[in-house]
Amino acid sequence: MKLKRKRLPPVTGTEQKEHNDHRRWNLRLYIAGRTLKAAAAIANLHVICNEQLKGKYRLTVIDLAKDPELARMHQIIAVPTLVRTSPLPERFIIGDLSNTERLLAGLDIA
Amino acid sequence: MEKKPEQKFRKTLPKSPTSISGLDEITGGGLPKGRPTLVCGGAGCGKTLLAMEFLVRGAMIHHEPGVFISFEESEKELSANVASLGFDLDKLVAQKKIWLEQIRVDRNKIELNGDFDLEALFIRIHLAIESIGAKRVVLDTIESLFSELPDPMVLRTELRRLFRWLKRKGVTTIVTAERGEGAFTRQGLEEYVSDCVILLDHRVSDQSSIRRLRIVKYRGSTHGTNEYPFLIDEDGFSVLPVTSLGLNYFSSHERISTGIPRLDTMLSGKGYYRGSTVLVSGTAGTGKTSLAAKLVESTCTRNERVLYFTFEESPNQLVRNMRSIGINLEPWVKKGILQFHATRPTLYGLETHLTTSIKLINKFQPDVVILDPINAFVTAENQTEVKAMLLRLVDFLKMKRITAFFTSLTAGGENMENTEVYVSSLIDTWLLLRDIEIGGERNRGLYVLKSRGMEHSNQIREFRLTNQGIELLDVYVGNEGVLTGSARLAQEMKDSAEQLVLKQEIGRKQYGLKRKRDAMEAQIVVLRSEFEAEESEALKVIGIEKARDERYSQNKAKMAKSRKGDAFHKDPDVVKSNSKRNRRSL
Repeated sequence: MKLKRKRLPPVTGTEQKEHNDHRRWNLRLYIAGRTLKAAAAIANLHVICNEQLKGKYRLTVIDLAKDPELARMHQIIAVPTLVRTSPLPERFIIGDLSNTERLLAGLDIA
Repeated sequence: MEKKPEQKFRKTLPKSPTSISGLDEITGGGLPKGRPTLVCGGAGCGKTLLAMEFLVRGAMIHHEPGVFISFEESEKELSANVASLGFDLDKLVAQKKIWLEQIRVDRNKIELNGDFDLEALFIRIHLAIESIGAKRVVLDTIESLFSELPDPMVLRTELRRLFRWLKRKGVTTIVTAERGEGAFTRQGLEEYVSDCVILLDHRVSDQSSIRRLRIVKYRGSTHGTNEYPFLIDEDGFSVLPVTSLGLNYFSSHERISTGIPRLDTMLSGKGYYRGSTVLVSGTAGTGKTSLAAKLVESTCTRNERVLYFTFEESPNQLVRNMRSIGINLEPWVKKGILQFHATRPTLYGLETHLTTSIKLINKFQPDVVILDPINAFVTAENQTEVKAMLLRLVDFLKMKRITAFFTSLTAGGENMENTEVYVSSLIDTWLLLRDIEIGGERNRGLYVLKSRGMEHSNQIREFRLTNQGIELLDVYVGNEGVLTGSARLAQEMKDSAEQLVLKQEIGRKQYGLKRKRDAMEAQIVVLRSEFEAEESEALKVIGIEKARDERYSQNKAKMAKSRKGDAFHKDPDVVKSNSKRNRRSL
């Protein structure tokens, strides 16, 4: 896991120092180029995070068009895919995250 | 005029050779180059293997690197699976000739939220293709995405886009899919991948499995339309396009000995034709295998190769049994010119038997092939299938100018010839061995039922197996019909006794004649000696008379002299005339 994280490129300014705190939310969003769906997903995610997880999350946006190897490494085939790496268990949500209620349920934020 | 369209046709439809045994023949050169091909079939029918072999052979033979995207098995599993077929996948991966990639999706962890696409999959495939410069791509059971990802509508659109994208990239692709109910694939992929569709089938009939391949569709190209049997074994995938063979094989005039001089004589003195099909049929224990062994012996003695398929005896048992009639097969097995293949007919289906046989024949390159016995395959209702299989085999052997020797066990009864009608038309030379029961004995008779293209004997010969080998004897044909065994011996003894009597008679007659001649000659001797005795007596008398006459004349002269009465000078004349008179009186 640590090795993989080292290779993660920092993308957004919302990144904070990493903690192993189980209440800290580690999120990764995989996109493939700046498409409409990608933009929508990022926007939708930002809304939720700022509303519900302010200061408690770390979001990494990974553009597979720039780093194609990561698709294989992380077994991603659909975009956009949101992965919650912590708290465990790992969760995968695919789509542009347009349904806020389902997103909250999917990420187990309530 | 005719050539031009063909050239054009070849230009517009380049093919990507699979180098899979037989598949290129029925596809007319391979899969459509730069287009996707759909391979569908039920579970365990060899889809993955066909696809993998396409890549491996492409990489090894045609120097076209290949990408294998697996939606089911992991890279390790794939490597291990094909290692048993002799493909070193890890090495090919290390040489960058093959790229293995597993796509793993865990349905339970995935939730759908809004619009998505499979761009990441495209990116992965693109990366794989670019990394090794691939020309061939396999998507092994891409359909499993339907069970792993939500929203089939999006998946359909994306897959359609994927196939178009692959086509644009110009890579030859194999897409595998599970056979669906009433359709070729469960998700109707054949609608998107429509250039070439290959259907694999794996059926069980009569408790044995048969694998078959059919090309359902090949856009813009002719192809074999039949179902072709195929085989998966230690050499991988092989398809047998045997039914496409025609009747245009070359017929040899060369003859090969049957191994039994008298049988050669029965077949117009020279034996079987090379490349012909020989059938020996007969009831149990009539010596069919022994005839086969004789052919093996004569063939191996000429240093030619024999492939012997035995379906009822083990090779060891066969070698032992043949030793008892003076045929030692072992040295040839050791020398490598005789090879046995013992399989139970029920081990696998007819097609598999056929494909295995043909593979073995191709490998061993024999001059003579023996199938002992062919009717081991026949069950109650599969006669036509057996015939079809034998027809393919016979065709194949004739093409290769291999002499085929089949044995067949008949149930006996009256119509021995009829029981095998289903194969008789394939047979060039048909020898029939039959039991002849006379005088409480069972003996073997052999005759030539038919032999195409040669004059053959119409007689039954008695066929004897002795520890010196096989003997063919004349049978006694008399008023009581054919006599064999002891009956024949008895007849022969009777014959020889009669001959002895006749000989003695002649001797006696000759002796009598001699005696008569002796008697006659003795008589001649007696007569001659009697005559001689008489003759000498007569001569004696003549001498005496003569002397007396002389003395008389002398005395007369003396008397006349003394009388001195007659003229003396006349006397000699008188004497003369007197003596003349005397002689005449004798």
